[in-house]
Amino acid sequence: MDKPFAITLDPGSSLANHTGSWRTRKPVYLDRLPPCNAGCPAGENIQGWLFHAEAGNYEQAWRLLTQDNPLPAIMGRVCYHPCEGACNRGQFDSAVGINSVERFLGDEAIKRGWKFGKPGMTSGKRVLVVGAGPSGLSVAYHLARLGHSVEIHEAGPLSGGMMRFGIPKYRLPRNVLDAEVARILDTWVTLRLNTKVANIEDSMRAGNFDASFLAVGAHIGKRAYIPAGDAARIVDAVSVLRSMEGEDQPMLGRRVVVYGGGNTAIDAARTAKRLGATETIIVYRRTREKMPAHDFEVEEALQEGVMIKWLSTIKHADEHSLTIEKMKLDDKGFPQPTGEFETIESDSLVLALGQDVDLSLLQGVSGLEIKDGTVQVGSNMMTGHKGIFAGGDMVPSERTVTVAVGHGKKAAHHIDAWLRGAIYEPAPKHEPVTYDMLNQWYYSDAPKTVRPMLDAIRRQSGFDEVQGGLDETNALFEARRCMSCGNCFECDNCYGVCPDNAVIKLGPGKRFRFNYDYCKGCGICVSECPCGAIKMVAEEI
Amino acid sequence: MPFQQIKFYQTGTFTVGNRLLNPEDRSVQSHQDRSNAINSGHRACQGCGEALGARYALDTALEATNSQLIAANATGCLEVFTTPYPETSWQLPWIHSLFGNTAAVATGIAAALKVKGRREVRVIAQGGDGGTTDIGFGCLSGMFERNDDVLYICYDNEAYMNTGVQRSSATPPAARTATTMPVGPNPGNEFGQGKFVPAIAMAHEIPYVATATVADLRDLEAKVRRAMEFRGARYIHILVPCPLGWGTASHDTIRMARLAHETGLFPVFEAERGELVSALPMRMQLPVEEYLKPQKRFAHLFGAKPKLDVIARIQQRADRNIRKYGMLKEEVL
Repeated sequence: MDKPFAITLDPGSSLANHTGSWRTRKPVYLDRLPPCNAGCPAGENIQGWLFHAEAGNYEQAWRLLTQDNPLPAIMGRVCYHPCEGACNRGQFDSAVGINSVERFLGDEAIKRGWKFGKPGMTSGKRVLVVGAGPSGLSVAYHLARLGHSVEIHEAGPLSGGMMRFGIPKYRLPRNVLDAEVARILDTWVTLRLNTKVANIEDSMRAGNFDASFLAVGAHIGKRAYIPAGDAARIVDAVSVLRSMEGEDQPMLGRRVVVYGGGNTAIDAARTAKRLGATETIIVYRRTREKMPAHDFEVEEALQEGVMIKWLSTIKHADEHSLTIEKMKLDDKGFPQPTGEFETIESDSLVLALGQDVDLSLLQGVSGLEIKDGTVQVGSNMMTGHKGIFAGGDMVPSERTVTVAVGHGKKAAHHIDAWLRGAIYEPAPKHEPVTYDMLNQWYYSDAPKTVRPMLDAIRRQSGFDEVQGGLDETNALFEARRCMSCGNCFECDNCYGVCPDNAVIKLGPGKRFRFNYDYCKGCGICVSECPCGAIKMVAEEI
Repeated sequence: MPFQQIKFYQTGTFTVGNRLLNPEDRSVQSHQDRSNAINSGHRACQGCGEALGARYALDTALEATNSQLIAANATGCLEVFTTPYPETSWQLPWIHSLFGNTAAVATGIAAALKVKGRREVRVIAQGGDGGTTDIGFGCLSGMFERNDDVLYICYDNEAYMNTGVQRSSATPPAARTATTMPVGPNPGNEFGQGKFVPAIAMAHEIPYVATATVADLRDLEAKVRRAMEFRGARYIHILVPCPLGWGTASHDTIRMARLAHETGLFPVFEAERGELVSALPMRMQLPVEEYLKPQKRFAHLFGAKPKLDVIARIQQRADRNIRKYGMLKEEVL
């Protein structure tokens, strides 16, 4: 070829020059564990399902969600959402309303009639689940998905356990509960109501079960000794809430005092108010800061006109009055009596002092360890007796619906492994992502969408649901507030900011790949990744 | 603001792309098939802002002109790191001029295209701040006053980086360079010297003048697109941080450009026929220390006894820019 004067080489491309050799550190993509996922007792992949919801793919979001939790419409109402407490966006403006989006997805699924897929194979193994509460339903669902045949024996006349007999209607409408339970029963789970298991070993033998999962809950209200006159009316909160499901609503009178400071105390007080009590007073021995009930529930109760007497204990109960002793906190924060007394009027006293587990079905079962009224289980949720697993309120736990659902999922994996003679090894957790790993520049302020609340007057007289849901537009907005901490959401920043074109875009849903032939290791992609899904690692030299 | 900012779609238009936006709302740089005007394998330093700025600008210009584009390039980093004989990184017709005459070379190309009746082929001249504000300034001013149909893009890294970081007329006051050492009563570059060429370009009343940084991609792309809508002389001045010359970490290139704008030290605006038409508002107004501190070229202002008087004078410059170009206007996101 003729070349111009003094030119001896053809034009070449700089692609011949592999600048990757300059590098001592290289960027790598990774998925980090976002704080919401880390904080979810049910082990949901929250960031994962929000990713689909952000794009308006609600069914896909719901399908991913229900891989971990089959009860999103319930969870979106009754969960105390530790995910939102952990949410990194809380440090930016306010936490993403994960709970409200979850409820939206759950309601959407009911509205559209989305069903779970049928399990692909059957193992031929049979598992007995005792109790149709949240952990029982959860374990049954997960075991059925893993191909096992599951039978739930429930002592009561209806399914749902504490979700039905403990959580008032104004927090969880029964049609929602029924819809989600019915969907689980569709996946090859048999439910036998009014079937009390008297002795677990007998029942297992009789039904030819290979393993069992106990989830009978904690239904027996704790009693405290309170000196009382003959005519004093003292009931426990669990019975009050349970009888709300029957035909005869409890008669509590016009002035009701609830004794205790947990969520059950609040539920009982709010229920009493709705039943027509003119005056509902919660008596609690410590202060609001020390109260175990969740603060937003306390706030809702106060809005509805429930009164709370802090730093008080009940010394004596009579037919229409109670004697209260004032307390004060000592240096260690424990309440101590002051010797000051007062009298308040009361037609009935509701005790909400915690619940005990009915352990009668375990009589004679060898190897079990019972401590503080709960069944002890190992990290695999198995009791001391081989093949008998347990979860929910009857094992030591926080006693929430979400924890119970989490127990069910965890136990199902271990039961599945145990039935196959293996040991379940959960996949190792990703490293956590903290707020400082995000590049906050890229997120604009977007205030949280507040769910509508029923006005206080209507809340005092009826059992309509208090908290409303989101509609499609604001649910989408709320989902899009997710910062996708630690997980690529395909914003193209790394692809755009690389001075060396060393990031290859693989197309929608396929993320990106580094071209290490040319990456010089400058680290701009790491700095400018909004969500902390890239890190620099030392190059092996 | 030269483009419509979209908020709340997780990151809106702050990021390069965004899977939640309509494809037409995404940036040129997010396209899987973008031109990559500068190919991989170029020899720019790690984290080079100029390589980034040039690709951003030219990819947009190529898209806007349907790839009918010729570039003339002054001597400088950009020319040196892309074309060591016999390799080239350029994926468009590209010619290397002398250090000082790239505006004149581009004028010549534009004239030749006019003679040949090739109106669809557009011409870009580009250079660093040395080749633009110092050495090529005469040719540049001539191109402006004749209103030749050329878009001139200056990639401003505020000194002669290619030859070892010597001061240019775009070097900011107090900055240390090889020729303005931090010694004596007024350490670093002098106050009251140098020039701001975008303002001089505006004084020529050419059709379009704009400034941009590599930190605001959407803004930069909108300006290049807008520039290609005009015939006649156009000028875009892009701030491109230089990790080597500024003494910053290679991963901080975009952050430094962002801080230059967010402190008000580098006004981002556009002007048509000599009149200001818009300024990119700051999202969060930051004190100049935020920008100065991470840079080793300003290290002599800090340390055990910070030179507060010098920092205050730099702050005054920022405040004047904010006032003069209206960088606080519009709702701050």
